[in-house]
Amino acid sequence: MTLSLKSTLLGTAALALLATQAVAQQRTLKYYADFDPAPLAAFEAVIADFEAANPDIDVVLQNFDHEGYKTSIRNFLTADSPDLANWYAGNRMAPFVNSGQFLDISDVWTDNNLGESLASAKGSMTIDGKQWGVPYTYYQWGIYYNKDAYKQAGVEVPTTWAEFIDNCAKFKEAGIDCLTTGTKALWPGAGIFDYMNLRTNGYEFHMDLTAGKVAWTDERVKNTFAEWAKLVEPGYVTANHAALDWQDAASLLIQGKAANYVMGNFAVAVFKDGGMTNDTLGFMQFPEITPGLPRGEEAPTDTIHIPAGAKNVDDAKKFLAYIATADVQTKLNEALGQLPVNNGSKVGDDPFLQAGFELLSTADGGIAQFFDRDAPAEMAKIGMEGFQEFMVKPENVDRILERLEKARGRIYK
Amino acid sequence: MTGSATTPAIAGTQSDNRGIWKRNQRALAPWVFLAPGIFMFALYVIYPIIASMWLSFYDWDGLGAKTWLGLDNYVELLDDDAFYTSLYNNIIWLVLYMLAVPAGLFIALFLNQTVMGIRIYKSLFFFPFVISQVVVGLIFAWFYAPNFGLFYNLIEWITGTGIAVLADDRYVTYGIIAAGLWPQIAYCMILYLTGLNNVAPDQVEAARLDGAKGFRMLWHVILPQLRPATFIAIVVTVIGALRSFDLVSIMTDGGPYGSSRVLSFYMYEQALSEYGFRMGYGAAIAVVLFAIMMIFISFFIWKMVRDERGM
Repeated sequence: MTLSLKSTLLGTAALALLATQAVAQQRTLKYYADFDPAPLAAFEAVIADFEAANPDIDVVLQNFDHEGYKTSIRNFLTADSPDLANWYAGNRMAPFVNSGQFLDISDVWTDNNLGESLASAKGSMTIDGKQWGVPYTYYQWGIYYNKDAYKQAGVEVPTTWAEFIDNCAKFKEAGIDCLTTGTKALWPGAGIFDYMNLRTNGYEFHMDLTAGKVAWTDERVKNTFAEWAKLVEPGYVTANHAALDWQDAASLLIQGKAANYVMGNFAVAVFKDGGMTNDTLGFMQFPEITPGLPRGEEAPTDTIHIPAGAKNVDDAKKFLAYIATADVQTKLNEALGQLPVNNGSKVGDDPFLQAGFELLSTADGGIAQFFDRDAPAEMAKIGMEGFQEFMVKPENVDRILERLEKARGRIYK
Repeated sequence: MTGSATTPAIAGTQSDNRGIWKRNQRALAPWVFLAPGIFMFALYVIYPIIASMWLSFYDWDGLGAKTWLGLDNYVELLDDDAFYTSLYNNIIWLVLYMLAVPAGLFIALFLNQTVMGIRIYKSLFFFPFVISQVVVGLIFAWFYAPNFGLFYNLIEWITGTGIAVLADDRYVTYGIIAAGLWPQIAYCMILYLTGLNNVAPDQVEAARLDGAKGFRMLWHVILPQLRPATFIAIVVTVIGALRSFDLVSIMTDGGPYGSSRVLSFYMYEQALSEYGFRMGYGAAIAVVLFAIMMIFISFFIWKMVRDERGM
């Protein structure tokens, strides 16, 4: 009896405790994201800081598998939408903006003066004159190279396209793949195309092409592919790249079986895991092809948005404003190993980050997002298949371009 | 059907002072028992089929408003290279997948003997069917992988240059079918093994007395008795070939440059994948795939009905 009496008392006490907690109830903020392990840890730290500053808000982060997220976002936006969701800038967010799935957050931009602090990304976050999300990080693309492979072939780091091609011949003699890539997932090939086109025809033309304003059978596009063929036809690109994932190609570079790799800065972590150090891994900007063109670069931006079905919009906006601040972006990107978008933030000490920051802040042509973010999804898919086919069978170039042109006629109506 | 038609007539001749349920009990009872099944079938099979056909006349991205297109999706299909690639690959799948039936039979005959530990051998042969298709796909992808794959290195050792099967548009579909055959042969084998258990020993005995052996014995005595097993093996193999989605998705994702696509994968790509979301176009592909399947399904149903009537 005494025991049950005690437990009843305990029970009442517990109930009372629950009641007091319910009085100081927290508002929850549901956040769906697709972070890899390292970024996830960085974001959890930032969220902890945010919760400490706003004790009445409880951020519930639901992390998804990276690839699965891209398809599940459509389901949860229409069915059971969170208060915050990760996505990408540029044309990639257009379907959600146009169908009214993302909330217009121009007020967050004006209230926090983000137009100034996030100036570089404002264009890619704007559709119809309104802003639809807040960018928190971006990273440069360029050529990562194995310094030992350069020593082994006895060549210098090139600055022009002609030098790059000359080097390739020497790499081939030394039994090293001049350029490696793994196009099984298609997108790594798009990085090469983007740079070929940016360097051959410039940023404006590249943006017109991805926006569907220029024909794929245009002479200038053919010029791009002609330059690209100088790399493909003699067999300077890793054979069988269509069966390789990008990590497989990364290990070729690590082992010194390949010299150069057109990649985004996120690959540095993979190279270093594989044993490369700042002494063996090098970074250079993609060499100049057409002399005198303003230099365009590629820097995909990752963003956070408020879905239209969000239940806690006020706190979501508070969170976005917090993520946009200079200090938070400094801290976040230090952990991510990427570049902060806020121009008041500090860039990490890592030499590759410094190089990327230098590269992007001096790009006088413009900053492209990436082929699959600048072009509409359907065009991106068909385009990237075409790039892959070209890198296997360069003789099919005319047929590929005609196919892309046909797709352009249908997709951009 | 004939039974249910005559019952009300008999009931009608009797005095009708019973309730409606009592009077029609024999006619209604089957429907009551069938109702849950019919309801489920209508909701999960019939309705989706009609909805897909309906959707195939629209342009819809899954989020915004639908636009009526009429037959435009089908017109576009007729002019779509990727569609013909998929169709062609589907036919290759259908033809080569059929190898699973004779191969399964052969292994079943081979294993149908009483040796020490035969059960272990049988279960080892059956093993590939038990593991998930995803795992089968991964194993074969590594098997074919350039630079470190066993098959690649073997070819390199024999011929001097390795072949990256999954990166070559000439071989990729065959490479995937080979992976698919592995579990499918095991499936056919198990079907035949159970069939062989039911082969009448007295007929085998009688045939042996008449001097039949070897291939003649197999062809004229054993195989006719295995007809039910053969029928099921062909049905599951045809269906397996037509819905060959998982292996394509795991091993190549339709690549290189879409050359290993099949219709089910192309449908998924257009309607649901990362760069797709053309629901209407995907639905149109699904309708075509459905039409192809209908040919086989109708044939199977026709044959089953015929056999049941004893014709």
